[in-house]
Amino acid sequence: MVNFKLNGLEVAVEKGTTLLEAARFYGIEIPTLCYDAGLSPYGACRLCLVEVGEPGKSRLVTSCTYPAREGLQVRTHSQWVVNTRKLIIELYLATCPSSKTIQDLASRYHVTGVRFRQKHEDCILCGLCIRYCSEQMQAKAIGFINRGEKRRISTPFERKAEECRFCGGCMYICPACQARCQGPEEKEAVCNACLNLSPPCLDRFNDAMCYLDPCVACEQGRKE
Amino acid sequence: MAKVAEELKNGQKETAGQNNVSLVALLQEVQERYNYLPEDVLRELAREKNLSLMEMYSVATFYKSFSLQPRGKHKVATCSGTACHVRGSEKVTEELSRVLGIKPGETSQDGAYSLETVNCLGACALAPLVVVDGEYHGNMTAARAAALIKEHLKKSRGLSAAELEQDVEKKAWEGCSCAILLAGNDKK
Amino acid sequence: MDALKTGLRSLPELFDLQLELKKKREQRENYLAVCGDTGCTAWGSEQVKDLFARCLEEKGLSQSTGLKFTGCLGLCECGPVVIVFPQGIFYQKVKTEDIEEIVEQTLLQGKVVERLLYQDPLSGAKIVHAEEIPFYRKQQRVLLANNWKIDPSSIEDYLALGGYGALGRVLGQMSSEQVIGEIKASRLRGRGGAGFPAGLKWEECSGMPAKQKYIICNADEGDPGAFMDRSLLEGNPHSVLEGLIIGGFAVGASEGIIYIRAEYPTAVQKVRLAIAQAEELGLLGENILGSRFSFKVSVSVGAGAFVCGETSALVESVHGRVGEPRQKPPHLAERGYNNCPTVINNVETLANIPYIINMGAEAYSRIGSGKSGGTKIFSLVGKVHHTGLVEVPLGMPLRKIIFEIGGGIKGGKAFKAVQTGGPSGGCLPASMLDLPTDFDELNAAGSMMGSGGMIVMDEETCMVDLARYFLKFLNDESCGCCFTCREGLSRMLEMVEAITKGQSSMAEFALLKELAAVVRDSTMCGLGQTGANPVLSTIRYFTEEYRAHIEERRCPAGVCRDLISFHINSELCNGCGACRRKCPAGAITGEAKMPHFIRAELCTKCGICLESCPIQAVIKL
Repeated sequence: MVNFKLNGLEVAVEKGTTLLEAARFYGIEIPTLCYDAGLSPYGACRLCLVEVGEPGKSRLVTSCTYPAREGLQVRTHSQWVVNTRKLIIELYLATCPSSKTIQDLASRYHVTGVRFRQKHEDCILCGLCIRYCSEQMQAKAIGFINRGEKRRISTPFERKAEECRFCGGCMYICPACQARCQGPEEKEAVCNACLNLSPPCLDRFNDAMCYLDPCVACEQGRKE
Repeated sequence: MAKVAEELKNGQKETAGQNNVSLVALLQEVQERYNYLPEDVLRELAREKNLSLMEMYSVATFYKSFSLQPRGKHKVATCSGTACHVRGSEKVTEELSRVLGIKPGETSQDGAYSLETVNCLGACALAPLVVVDGEYHGNMTAARAAALIKEHLKKSRGLSAAELEQDVEKKAWEGCSCAILLAGNDKK
Repeated sequence: MDALKTGLRSLPELFDLQLELKKKREQRENYLAVCGDTGCTAWGSEQVKDLFARCLEEKGLSQSTGLKFTGCLGLCECGPVVIVFPQGIFYQKVKTEDIEEIVEQTLLQGKVVERLLYQDPLSGAKIVHAEEIPFYRKQQRVLLANNWKIDPSSIEDYLALGGYGALGRVLGQMSSEQVIGEIKASRLRGRGGAGFPAGLKWEECSGMPAKQKYIICNADEGDPGAFMDRSLLEGNPHSVLEGLIIGGFAVGASEGIIYIRAEYPTAVQKVRLAIAQAEELGLLGENILGSRFSFKVSVSVGAGAFVCGETSALVESVHGRVGEPRQKPPHLAERGYNNCPTVINNVETLANIPYIINMGAEAYSRIGSGKSGGTKIFSLVGKVHHTGLVEVPLGMPLRKIIFEIGGGIKGGKAFKAVQTGGPSGGCLPASMLDLPTDFDELNAAGSMMGSGGMIVMDEETCMVDLARYFLKFLNDESCGCCFTCREGLSRMLEMVEAITKGQSSMAEFALLKELAAVVRDSTMCGLGQTGANPVLSTIRYFTEEYRAHIEERRCPAGVCRDLISFHINSELCNGCGACRRKCPAGAITGEAKMPHFIRAELCTKCGICLESCPIQAVIKL
């Protein structure tokens, strides 16, 4: 067992437990976008940041990848963490406002405005679908291509992948395209009043990031 | 196609023969041989070596030195390192792009020239730097770089100075009008 | 000399060979050093060397006078550089037509060719000997000292100067703990950027219980504006190799890898040759010099990605995968290459190792400032008189490096800022010139040592434009894994671009600062964490310039295109038409011999007219 301090509380977890798992076990909520209990952690969305170390010498790390260590001091909701997390959510909203998951996060963490220029991306590159495809399906039909701001998800040579088994897992796990938010108009990003959760409607979002051809969810190959 | 990959595999190079070879090294070898990474060769290679095609494509698009399109016979590169930047390399690149009629990262239609920007070639004392077919030319200005390339064009295309000017102007005009057309489309 | 053929099997054999080669070298001390580094080659030094060889042959001097095509001699600005030994006469800007004269005058008659001498820009005096040139006199050249004396493709040259002696001492007389103790006592800090104490790094890895360990030499010198690692590998590859072997012995690794970026083909070639030579001599391989230590080295060539300079991304790249940094922990000392404990050192760090062993930790640590020992090589470039490689003791104030060694700013302009540490570093203004170049001092000032790029800027450089340049670079080079790095940097670039176009507001400026801090705090690897430095440091020291862009829509340095315009002074213009002919946009009109005009709607502000006007009638506003 590993003993450490979580928000001032003395806690003990098994060796190898990550900070995120430990926090969730003790009922502390940490938001995530790229984490799934059935897949390997990736640390890309940066939402699960927590502060570790002595005050004054502390730093922010992703709790989904950081293993609990003896005597560690962890703060999941310090001012630093909260402010950083809020700005990251604001940045997500400015990038991909049509995701219900992100809209819900905004409501939950009191992000009520977006100061950045509004974009409308379909993908936040969390990599869940890629890990699902390679770890759960052993298929590796999709993956990241390019780097930096040009990075995106694609199939080999951007053609239909022979490896794809049409399982639909990539759509199922996607936090951006499956749970489409129907709330805000194009111009305003935040609705903060989201209750709806209707199935993905590709007739509204023609450009959805979908790698299935034909699409399992809508059962019609709308995507060229 | 099988033959090509086989050939590469049996190649004289030490890397391709090994089993546990790094994918980057393998792709470097393909590129050295074909001057770019042809899709069919990569597909064949993936099959033979039992590699994931996706991984191969990810690696090929991640690293800057790999190209999935054929590259020009003559490679023109401008250095865009910091030292070159503060001494005005951006203008040099723009001028070269105008003279060659292609943007950085592109290859001319006849496959003769490709233009690239390189992050730093480590010859900062010569900034700004232009490299033509591996030959370094230091202390460039937009005007001098243009003269250099025009000289090269003259030699390689066998044009006279006047013909060349015309050619460049035509290309530049085409580029311009394309841009105008595109801009028009955007508005629609 | 038989050892050269059969290989070295024991320590005494190594020392005998060194002695023999040294004697042979002393018998023939006349030689010419022609700089063969990239800079000088671009000026045509290869032809110069070939012609020298021919000329020496013709005059029958090829037996008595050696000819070495060396690594970087330092003063790249004056290339091609030729130094005549044993006198040490320094000739600059040597052309092929000068060669006969040098051979005739200097080699045969012992006279100095006046017109090829270096002239001090301050005093105007001609200087004969290399050591007397202020650029060299004020440096302390330890690592670069042998570049003058060594042909990098010859292991004999290196051995004759006592090379591999440190390895001999380590294998013969020291335990790995003693080696680590010595490095710790020398206070050597990693030269790659962060400045982690090298001894501690080794100690951590050596303490790991594992059968297989690796040591990697990081030669992925991606910082634009830095080329000291390239020059070390090209100029004296055996010194790096010796350091790597000693490092392997200290941490208990049996394999070393040198990771070189693809943009340095010459370095790859020189290092491969050096490894082959060392293998042949038995300095690499099984039971080196009769000891129980076996070690082999391979070369891994990068494929063009700045982020691979980050240690965990580098390991991924050596594996042949996408160079994406990995979440830490576990650290590389626990799980690195092939999941084995791995230590990664920078080229310059490793090049220091043989010197520390040879001169002793105590003597070494006395070089330099209080906190860290040794010298540091900087690549002094930008708008400074003497561009080139500069090696100084750590802690030397910036002012001394820029003004005394670098000879001050070119063209009588005023100093504005110096950028250190590449894209991860920051810009320091004139008020910080007395800052000592030390890891901690630079960090505290908002910049960093980085790998040692030092780019000097004058009043014609716009700091906002520079911040934009670095953001653009990082945006392209980020691996794109972390949302805050990928999207954060891209948003920062967008905002800085808006500033350079005069389309920003102070509210957005405040948001930029906020975002920069979040990117710094919330990103996984060093690229993102330090990626905000160029913005944060320019905001810290040059807020006024940002304000001028935002509030007055004015670029004080005259760089940002949307905020400047070009005009022709019609009182001065004589209508020669030079600008009209050169203008790529066809924006200049005017009759012959009458004042010309620039049509603002067509002008792309490329500045070619300004360059091409013979009478400076074009003005930039």
